[in-house]
Amino acid sequence: MKIWLAMLAGGLITFGMRFSLIYLFGKLEIPETLKRALRYVPPAVLAAIVFPELFYSGAQINLGPTNIRLMAGVVAILTAWFSKNTLLTILVGMLALVFLNLI
Amino acid sequence: MHEAKKNFLDGMKAELPLLVGVFPFGLIYGALAVNAGLSRLAAQAMSAIVFAGSAQFVTAQLVADSAPALVIVLTIAIVNIRHMLYSASLAPYLKDVSVKWKALLAYLLTDEAYAPSIIYYEKNGVTPFSHWFLFGAGCALWINWQISTALGIFLVGYLTENDILKTIPLDFALPLTFIAMVVPILKDKPLTLAALSAGGTALLAQALPFKLGLILAALVGIIVGTSLEKRA
Repeated sequence: MKIWLAMLAGGLITFGMRFSLIYLFGKLEIPETLKRALRYVPPAVLAAIVFPELFYSGAQINLGPTNIRLMAGVVAILTAWFSKNTLLTILVGMLALVFLNLI
Repeated sequence: MHEAKKNFLDGMKAELPLLVGVFPFGLIYGALAVNAGLSRLAAQAMSAIVFAGSAQFVTAQLVADSAPALVIVLTIAIVNIRHMLYSASLAPYLKDVSVKWKALLAYLLTDEAYAPSIIYYEKNGVTPFSHWFLFGAGCALWINWQISTALGIFLVGYLTENDILKTIPLDFALPLTFIAMVVPILKDKPLTLAALSAGGTALLAQALPFKLGLILAALVGIIVGTSLEKRA
């Protein structure tokens, strides 16, 4: 029972946050600087999600070749840069990781 | 073809490659949630009620740790704060649709629906039926998320016994989808430095609880990007 209440409350709050600014836009005067800042939301949030996944192995930052997720990530970044193809990037990155896992 | 239908299908199409990354994530979530002690029904319902991957993972972990309900709710809220940034970011492109549409699209607004949609809107701007693009992307993701969760719940025994999740690094597919989204949008210096500074901050702030490092990092990146643009 407890978990259902927690889920419902968590779901409502999540929905509220997703809805908040979509709903309020146009009802509030939004400063020009804030509007321009929105352009940086995608690169900032996505990079903030990706970096720890690549650089941390366990609880530590590992920049060396023993960190195979970082190595595979670099391969994926290069693939994304040159191909701009989502599917290819995922496949090449996965293959790189599986391959590095084997050696 | 009607413009609405075309945009809906375009949104679905844009979402398809991301589903390759999301599907294993849903699978892992389903298995993990059941292993954490959630009932099968609750594990599946969370995918529909909360519909936010990382928050669901954290919740499963908290259930396994027998955390109090209030802690679970607060954690979900904090982990999902970044959705307010998505909400703000998409708001200008959805300002003309009805409140019902806004609510429906907000429900579907996840990391993976946001990423292809904002790229689309920044390129194509607002047209009378452009909200159908986000709707298409969101629907594709929603269906995929429910199915992959169900499959994870169904296969939990098999996945756990054979240590499949440790042998095949399926969880890496999700960061890869975000790499595929973020790299092509780094079109100028402020955008690139926004990404790098956010990423660097995320590394330094990794130790913060509730994934607060993520939101701090995002804010740093946004501030860096905006202030560099001003100077340019």
